[in-house]
Amino acid sequence: MENAFGQPQSVVVLGGSSDIARAITKKLAAARAHTVVLAGRNQELLNAAASDAQEYGATKTDTVLFDAEDASNAARTVTEAFEKVGDQVDLVIIAVGLLEDQLSIENDAQATARMAMVNFTWPVAALAEIRRRLVAQGSGRILVISSVASIRIRRSAYIYGGAKAGLDRLCDGLADSLEGTGVTLHLLRPGQVRSRMTEGQHDVPFTTGVNEVAENVMRGLAGGDRVIWSPPILRYVFAILRHLPAPLWRKIMDR
Amino acid sequence: MTRATLYGWGRTTPSIAEVLAPASEVEVAAELARSRGVIARGLGRSYGDAAQLSGGVVLSNLDLGGISAIGPEGVVTVGAGISIDELLAFAIPQGWFVPVTPGTRQVTLGGAIAADVHGKNHHLDGSFGNHVLEMRIVTPSGAFTISPQKDAELFWATIGGMGLTGVVTSVTLRMLRIETDQVIVDTERFPDLEGVMNEMSRRDAEYRYSVAWVDCMTRGAHMGRAILTRGRHAAANDVDAPTLKAPAKPRLFVPFNAPSGLLNSLSVKVFNELWFRSAPKHQENEPQSLSSFFHPLDGVRDWNRLYGRRGFVQYQLSVPDSAGETVTSAIRRLSSSGVPSFLAVLKRFGPANPGMLSFPMPGWTLALDLPVGPDALPQVLDDLDELVLSAGGRIYFAKDARLSPDKVRAMYPDLDKFLEVKNRVDPEQRLMSDLARRLDLVGRQRR
Repeated sequence: MENAFGQPQSVVVLGGSSDIARAITKKLAAARAHTVVLAGRNQELLNAAASDAQEYGATKTDTVLFDAEDASNAARTVTEAFEKVGDQVDLVIIAVGLLEDQLSIENDAQATARMAMVNFTWPVAALAEIRRRLVAQGSGRILVISSVASIRIRRSAYIYGGAKAGLDRLCDGLADSLEGTGVTLHLLRPGQVRSRMTEGQHDVPFTTGVNEVAENVMRGLAGGDRVIWSPPILRYVFAILRHLPAPLWRKIMDR
Repeated sequence: MTRATLYGWGRTTPSIAEVLAPASEVEVAAELARSRGVIARGLGRSYGDAAQLSGGVVLSNLDLGGISAIGPEGVVTVGAGISIDELLAFAIPQGWFVPVTPGTRQVTLGGAIAADVHGKNHHLDGSFGNHVLEMRIVTPSGAFTISPQKDAELFWATIGGMGLTGVVTSVTLRMLRIETDQVIVDTERFPDLEGVMNEMSRRDAEYRYSVAWVDCMTRGAHMGRAILTRGRHAAANDVDAPTLKAPAKPRLFVPFNAPSGLLNSLSVKVFNELWFRSAPKHQENEPQSLSSFFHPLDGVRDWNRLYGRRGFVQYQLSVPDSAGETVTSAIRRLSSSGVPSFLAVLKRFGPANPGMLSFPMPGWTLALDLPVGPDALPQVLDDLDELVLSAGGRIYFAKDARLSPDKVRAMYPDLDKFLEVKNRVDPEQRLMSDLARRLDLVGRQRR
């Protein structure tokens, strides 16, 4: 069971080897999470993430392999992860994502479809099964990692941003649909984060490390915040950016 | 049957359950036979997740009513869903008072047993369980009448057992004779913690009731300044016109959730300052009504909404007499962390009863209300747990919403004895709560 500070005891992480997910998992394990099940596509990375969690205090960890390029396995993956927890699941984190260099794929139908699949379709399919299970449980939380890239979409990353925007908007409605079920959904909207996914990209203003994101998540879970911005100031920055005239927006973003 | 969102009084961890209100022992038994996970609930005054069970069945005890006539020795049999408020409305006009009352009248007798509640007279009279002569309990293996003489094991597993041994349906207890509805109160202000603790150690035994309100936000020389109020029931000749009137209904209420952050370190500091200054430096023999002495917060309905959407936690510790300095360290840690805490309540506990999971132990108890919000709070409380544990103390389940399960066994050394009794009457672990799951109380996922 989760405690009064939104600290879960059992956690499922889909996309559990991503750098942001690993940073969050460590903090959760250091707080109250004793059971952590990590799902991802690379067993070696998952094992490393699992031993991280153990080092920070988890006593029971397990892993599930899956490929987010095939949505037909989403329900099965969620089921397997829940079964490996073997008890109520307090928090499910969806950290599945794929960021490819847009210039090299934007004219490739298959590659763009793959981006949409990993960043949107697979998570949506997984959410259906997660929703069903948590609502039956009568309690639990879902944390979906979105991105500020979904709030105002840049031309240099419109495929990633667009897929994330779909997920972000869908989750907003899903969160409303969960009112009164005992289940809550939190959207994490980080700005640029230094991680493997963004390797080689130069820092933009408000770039953070993964630990700062994890701290903001802990605070957001404690406060029950529907949307968790990281860093928090981006809430106000994007309140302005999203309304900029397109030419100005392009100019700023192309700098 | 309805699905409902249930909270504790601190409004922190909601969960959904099917809620039923059985009106008889037979209906309770039927529900225990049908359902896999069940917990009883009274008026929801436990602060955390003790009276809820996500995805399970919650049995409201509020339809288990009835109050017998009060015998010449004060013996009365009461339905477990009757509240102390209802019992007092019946008993005070006849010259009887409950032997133990917590800080609110809005608890059911079933809840009073589950949490083995204590009041301002613990140092002399013990907790609620000390005054229970017998009770009826429905367990998955049958309904029993239990008492300290008859199946004492199940009786003392149930006193303080957080509802995990069965559903109590009725309670027989001995009431206390009173001549008036007034309390004669002595009030004293102390500029620091040491002063008030010395005075309480020295002279609490002279008063039936004693409690100190401690300011946990002032640092430095006045850390832990306190107001000590102690009293006794007024005899007929103590007051001009003795009356025996039932407590009034609350006239004030909080209509909606205040914004989170209304109670911040500044506003709480101001409140604590006003509270401290409004108390007399020294006053003796002041008559007060029973309700203003025992249940001051009952005058404001739904006061927990003042803490806003995020809610609050109450932290209540007890430590042995020899560990009085732990109280000082705990208050120092809080006052230096800047976490806002409303006036804390400090009390002396007398001897413990044999309740296996009962909270009180001879020594000191300190209770604090803390709004959820400050980033430092979870860690500060985890640190306090360590402090309490190393002093041989414990945390009160009825207030808890955040303790770590690894600390429970050391705090409650009779847990294994409790589990043996529970396994005897509930081998399939049907009785369960969110609290029991969180604190790993029922041994289901013992690590």
